Amino acid sequence: MAVDAAAGAASLPRSRQTASLLEQTLAVGRRSVVRTSRQRALLIFPMVFPLILFAINGSALSAATKIPRFPTDNYRDFLIAVPFVQGAMFVSITAGVDLARDIETGFLNRLAMTPLRGEALLVGQLGGALVLGVIQAVVYLLVALATGVTIVSGVGGALVLLILSVLISFGFASLGGLLALRFGTGEAVQGIFPLLFVTLFLSSSSLPRNLIKADWFREVATYNPVSYLLESIRSLVITGWDAQALILGFGFATVLLVVSLAFSQSAMRSRLARR
Amino acid sequence: MSSEPAIEVEKLVREFKKGPRAVDGIDLAVSPGEIYGFLGPNGAGKSTTVLMLTTLLPPTSGRASVGGYDIVRQGSQVRATIGAALQEAALDAILTGREHLMLQGTLQGLPSAERRRRTDLLLQRVGLTEAADRRVGGYSGGMKRRLDLALALVHSPRILFLDEPTTGLDPQSRSALWEEVARLARDEGMTVFLTTQYLEEADVLADRIGIIDHGHIVAEGTPARLKAEIGSPTVEVTPTEPESGDRLAELLSGFGDMRRNGNGSVTVQLPGGEAELAEIVRILDRADLHVQMLQLHQPSLDDVFLAKTGRKLEGAGDDASPAAAPEAGGGPERRRRGR
Repeated sequence: MAVDAAAGAASLPRSRQTASLLEQTLAVGRRSVVRTSRQRALLIFPMVFPLILFAINGSALSAATKIPRFPTDNYRDFLIAVPFVQGAMFVSITAGVDLARDIETGFLNRLAMTPLRGEALLVGQLGGALVLGVIQAVVYLLVALATGVTIVSGVGGALVLLILSVLISFGFASLGGLLALRFGTGEAVQGIFPLLFVTLFLSSSSLPRNLIKADWFREVATYNPVSYLLESIRSLVITGWDAQALILGFGFATVLLVVSLAFSQSAMRSRLARR
Repeated sequence: MSSEPAIEVEKLVREFKKGPRAVDGIDLAVSPGEIYGFLGPNGAGKSTTVLMLTTLLPPTSGRASVGGYDIVRQGSQVRATIGAALQEAALDAILTGREHLMLQGTLQGLPSAERRRRTDLLLQRVGLTEAADRRVGGYSGGMKRRLDLALALVHSPRILFLDEPTTGLDPQSRSALWEEVARLARDEGMTVFLTTQYLEEADVLADRIGIIDHGHIVAEGTPARLKAEIGSPTVEVTPTEPESGDRLAELLSGFGDMRRNGNGSVTVQLPGGEAELAEIVRILDRADLHVQMLQLHQPSLDDVFLAKTGRKLEGAGDDASPAAAPEAGGGPERRRRGR
């Protein structure tokens, strides 16, 4: 090691105080964003996959619009909600695996040995996922417009759609973080992901709930909160301003976020066990 | 020097579920500015002790204070007082060395200008200035360890915990890290709690050593005192002609306990210390017995470990042990602080 003896004679830091919660959150968040932005595969593949499914299903299932009482004559208008929610689910993997890696490598312990507060650590760690959610939402919106999807609620509706989409992403990211804190390995987080995906298929992702023929499926879709996330986005595209759909969408996304963060906070305390 | 210990541990215990007591009621005290070597084989309880003292693991029972703060009730004050480089260099492969230091500086509450100054200084000190803006994923093991040490020093802690800091390092990196640790204690008055499974490392660096085995401290003291406790040095004599072994044994029988090693070689204890070596040479010369090799062995910490635990310290004879490092770094005595 090329140790410089002269440099060693340096003075100690003159002033040191505890960084504010905001400063701590931003510092951890910045690191999370830098990490995410430097892993292009992490950005591109989870974003592209929902678009591929959108392209395939948008073409293959377009005949569904001929079903009586189908809410639109352009199936893509109906289907565009799916990439937003599916992308958000991928964000949960990104966030969870990232946090699990920090646990596995001991980086979380390194952070825990600073005066960093648990809330800042938790929210900051999800910063990269938040940015990923924003990028995905913008890309999906641009793709929607480019493929002829009409957003009936207009520019304002598109903005609300972006906000809602980011909120959903953040909610799923928190869920990914919770899984990482509970299980501590990236493999466990990835292993649970298919279960998350099932909830998408058991929702109103392909058909409106009232047009689902199988009773059990319709029942499951009705109790599945993912249906309401999809329907809130869909309402902005197809219906216009539907207060009930938006309240349910924002409500379930907020509940997902708050509950995941609350359990994550508790899991973080157990995981770190610092005093 | 303050009379209050920098680290004080009383009857500290850590039990894991379905496992033995990893740490079983240890007591120790480390003075300010002291380098305390915590020596023991894998699984002895060294790292568990460090995790407790750095507040990352709650003790099952007992108490400990670090920098005057209780590790259970005053965790945040303890964390503000200490720096630590744990067993694995926990770094983010995607970030650069500079980004690591800036992040650590922010979280430690250093103002922006101070953070930059401190980052540049530490990068220079550990020889990473040129690699500062490269991602850590491309660093060698030695570079990662050096960055790890720099990160522990960002906020100029009063007390530094190093958990097996040289494991896996090449002799040159190891030697340089020893130099830096010695300098931190000597020039900055930093208290260093160093765990190691390498005898040479403890011998070279530590002012005092605690030997831990199966969660118990089995011996404690300065390296010299511990070795002196074990007894006198030995001399190993190998005759040029193996058949002269019997005669050699007869000539040396008047000294101390003797052991025949085969090939005519004899090892004999010198209760009167190394001064008796001259007398041995005179006897051999008078008897006109030619020797191929004559080697004086001082008691080592391995002998201490053997005496206290009944077995050799794992890895003591490994090629990877730092025993070879002095050649690369100018010898242990260069690092030992004269106190």
